[in-house]
Order: sequence, then structure tokens, then C-alpha cells
Amino acid sequence: MNASPVPRFGETPSVRRRLRRENLARWVFGAMAAAMVLPLVLIVGYLVVRAAPALSLEFVLDVPKRGMTEGGIWPALIGTVYLVFLSLLVSAPIGILAAVYLNEYARENWFNRVINLAVINLAGVPSIVHALFGLGAFVYAAQFGYSIISAALTLAIMTLPVIIASTREALASVPRSFREACWNVGATRWQTIRSVVLPNSISGILTGVILQVSRAAGETAPVMFTGVVFFKAVQRGDLLPYYLNEQCMALSMHLYTISTQVPGVKEAIPFATAVVLLTLVIAVNAAAIALRVYLRSRKKW
Amino acid sequence: MSDPATPSIVTRDLNLWYGKFQALRGVSLDIKHGLITSLIGPSGCGKTTLLRCFNRVNERYGYVTTTGEIRVLEKNIYDPDVSLIELRRSVGMVFQRPNPLPLSVYENVVFGLRVHSDSPPTRATLNEAVEKALREVNLWQDLKDRLHQRATTLQLEQQQKLCIARLLPLKPEIILMDEPCSALDVEGTAAIEELMFSLKGKYTIVIVTHNMAQARRASDECIFMLLGQRIEHRRTEDLFIAPENPKTAEYIEGRYG
Repeated sequence: MNASPVPRFGETPSVRRRLRRENLARWVFGAMAAAMVLPLVLIVGYLVVRAAPALSLEFVLDVPKRGMTEGGIWPALIGTVYLVFLSLLVSAPIGILAAVYLNEYARENWFNRVINLAVINLAGVPSIVHALFGLGAFVYAAQFGYSIISAALTLAIMTLPVIIASTREALASVPRSFREACWNVGATRWQTIRSVVLPNSISGILTGVILQVSRAAGETAPVMFTGVVFFKAVQRGDLLPYYLNEQCMALSMHLYTISTQVPGVKEAIPFATAVVLLTLVIAVNAAAIALRVYLRSRKKW
Repeated sequence: MSDPATPSIVTRDLNLWYGKFQALRGVSLDIKHGLITSLIGPSGCGKTTLLRCFNRVNERYGYVTTTGEIRVLEKNIYDPDVSLIELRRSVGMVFQRPNPLPLSVYENVVFGLRVHSDSPPTRATLNEAVEKALREVNLWQDLKDRLHQRATTLQLEQQQKLCIARLLPLKPEIILMDEPCSALDVEGTAAIEELMFSLKGKYTIVIVTHNMAQARRASDECIFMLLGQRIEHRRTEDLFIAPENPKTAEYIEGRYG
């Protein structure tokens, strides 16, 4: 048996061949993972380089001038903040509470399955269809007109299903044994949810909600159909320039108009607008990560 | 094949840490060839950890540090020229919960053969290996007409036997069993123990068990461990009838554990 020169448990030629294949596989997978970084670096690098001449605090705080060919982006930035904040104010509570019901209370029956199916399909509806729905439902049927309210509600409808799905996932990751421990000392479901389930899933829930910020901030179609305009005169640096029943400007729409609709815009301005939008989204995501790290450090398991 | 007189597994001053926690303390033992050796002791005494050292599965976790020596079939398995692939081929492991792969019975048995051969083995080789392995674990009569059924749909007892059969086509020398009966009922346990007896001699079997009665009836030698140390290692009869160490005596009397 051990007559061969290979020592016991030594590498036979066959093992060596397999290890070579193993290394090849590892290398290919690793290269693919690294390939994801490359486009990100290229996109961000290109944007920042092209935007550099226009980027300044002044650019962020100033209003557009000379038919939007110069000046800053303040009305669009604050408009986006309005829309995102309002839409999440609507969709986060509804989505989280609905997910709690579906995950903690609802029995597995046809009704639950229908809701599930609806959530999944709603999440897959293209944003332009949400836009059309928002136009019909909020602008005309509910008679909110072209306004911040209509636009925010449309965005809320769009983000709701994803919030429900991510919240359910966060709730489902809380071990069943925690709930059983609670029930076995006679706690009601609501007491269990409040004292055990929510504290242990809050970091996952918040992450899901905050990730929707970037989606809401970036979408153009739904807000363009329902309440965002080309231009709106606003005071420089004004924090509360809009009434809710008014139309507003938004960064995504603004980027579209100055890139394609307005002649003679300074070359760096669209890039600078894109960088501000990207920075806003990355800042919110970074805040989400920081919050998650903090909440996770308080987790007891 | 190895000489029956030389031990299959030898450890010398084996220490193991999970992070800062020391799970094994200076363990030295000689596990004899071709016998069934049981590892007993209260929960957390390091018996499973010790078992998992023998085919180096512990190393999968980055925070494990090991010192000392383990010689399997007279070869130090921490030598740099040892290939984990070859080591695990010779030292098979059976787990607490039967873990058949979600494939057919047939594919489960030949899985190791396929993994370890360079060119696809012929149908005839595979058929022969399946029949031989299943006969060896007394499953052939039950399963010969159901070889293409999903292995996860079998009874637990059959699944556990299949997990043992899965090791055999690779011609292992040592079979490690980590509480192989704790998920089984009385009949399943009896069947697995019977199977262990029939495999004894051909393979060196090391079994971790929580069940003192099982160690007593199903093993030739018995090692008692406590807090990461080897306390006593003797023939099973001797250990249970006349334990040398008072700690062993108290444990088998059921004073603690």
C-alpha cells in the first residue's frame, strides 16, 4: 500500500491537479468580485474630475441663474430632501407595521399568500407605472394637484413593498427561541414584539428603510409626473421654501433638464449636480451603516 | 495495511485553544488499531473537539490554535507535506445529525469516489462500489430497489447508515463518530451499534458519546475526559468496573455530569 514514494497523506499528482483547479476557481471568483469595484471607482472618479471646476459650497447653496445655465442647485436639493423625507414618513410606518403583522400575527393561509404575492409584484412594477398611477390617483382622483404631496405619496407607494420585504426579513432573523421564551412566561404577542422582537431587529429594519432613501432620491419619472417642475424661484439657502401643495424642484429632474433641455449650460454644472446627488445618497447610506453598527453593538447576542 | 500492534492515532501533549479559551490540555493517548474506542465525559469536556482534531476540521475556524503532536497511522498530521484532501479521505467523520447530501442514495455513496477520481469512473465501478458499501452497512436489502430515491427522504436510521456507507468507497482507515445515535430511537441506535461491531477490525472507530451505557456496551476501550484533560484510558470493562481515578468513579456513578 505504501510502496509508492509518496509519503502517507502526501500530495499525489491527482491531489496536485485538483489543487491547481481549486486555485484557478478561487482566482476567477476573486477577479469577478474585484471587477465590481472597478466600475464604481471609474464612475465616481470621472464624475468628480469633470465636476471639479463647479463644485463649491456656493454651488450647493446658490439658486440657478441666467436661465439655469449658471449658479447653483439649492431649490432642487431642498426639494429632493422634502420629497424623500415626506415619502418615507408615509411609507416607513405603514411598511414596518404591515410587516410586523405579516410576520408575527398572520397565519399561513391564502390571504397571507395573496398579500405576499402582491408585495412581491408591487416591488417589481417599473417606476414609470407608479408615476402614472400617482398621476391618476393623487393628482386627479384625490385632487392634490401637481404638488409635493402627490409626488411624495407616489414615491411612498413605490418604496412601500421593498420596505415590507426587508422588514419581514429582519424580523424573521430573530430566533424563534426568543419568542418561545417570552410566550412561556405568559407574554402576549404585542409584549413579545415590543420587548424582544423589535429591539433585536431594529438595525435590520432601519437599514432596509434607509436604503430606500437612495431609491426615492434618484427616481425621476414618478416625481416628474406628479409634482416636480422645471424651475421654481426660491430664496438662496432658504430651508423651508415650499408649501406642501406647491410644486417643487428635485435633483434628479434638475439633472435631466440641465443635461438635455437647456442650451448653453456650463459643462461642469451637470457633473457637479450628479456629484451632489451621489454624495447625498452616499451620506445617507453611511449614516445607515453607522447606525447599524451602533445598534448591533448594543445587541446582546 | 497497518500493523495491528501499532496504534492508529497517537497524540502527545495536545493543547487547543478557541480564542483564549483552552479546550484541550496536554492530552496524550494511543488509540489502538481496529478497535472501537469511546470518548466519554460531561458536556464541554473537549471530547468532540478532540475528535475533530483527528481530521483537522477544527482549522476551518480561524480562531483555533493547536500545539502538540497528533500522529495518525504513524504520520504527524501537522507536517507541512500532509494534504488535507488525502488525510480526510483516510479519516472519515460521521456527525450527530445524519447529513446525507440532497442527492439520490446512489449519488451519496459514490460522491467521494467522484470527488477523488481524475477521470469519471465507469458505471460498473460505481455500481460495484455502491453495492459493496451498502452491503457493508446492511442497507443493500432495504434500498437496492430505491437507489435513485432522494437520500433526505429516508428514515433517520437509514440516513445515518448511508452517511457511514458514504465513507467506505474511499477505503478509510479510521472512522470518527460524533454522537452518531443521539438523533435516533432505540432500534436505530441498536442498528448503528450492531453496524459498528461488524465494521470493527477493518476500521479503527472512535466514537464520542454522551451515553455511558452505550460506551459500556459498544466499545472496547474507553477514554474518560474532564475539563479538557484525559483522565483515564483503559479497557471499557476495567474502566467501568474498577476505575482508577476517583473522578472517573464519581462520573460513572452519576455523581456529576
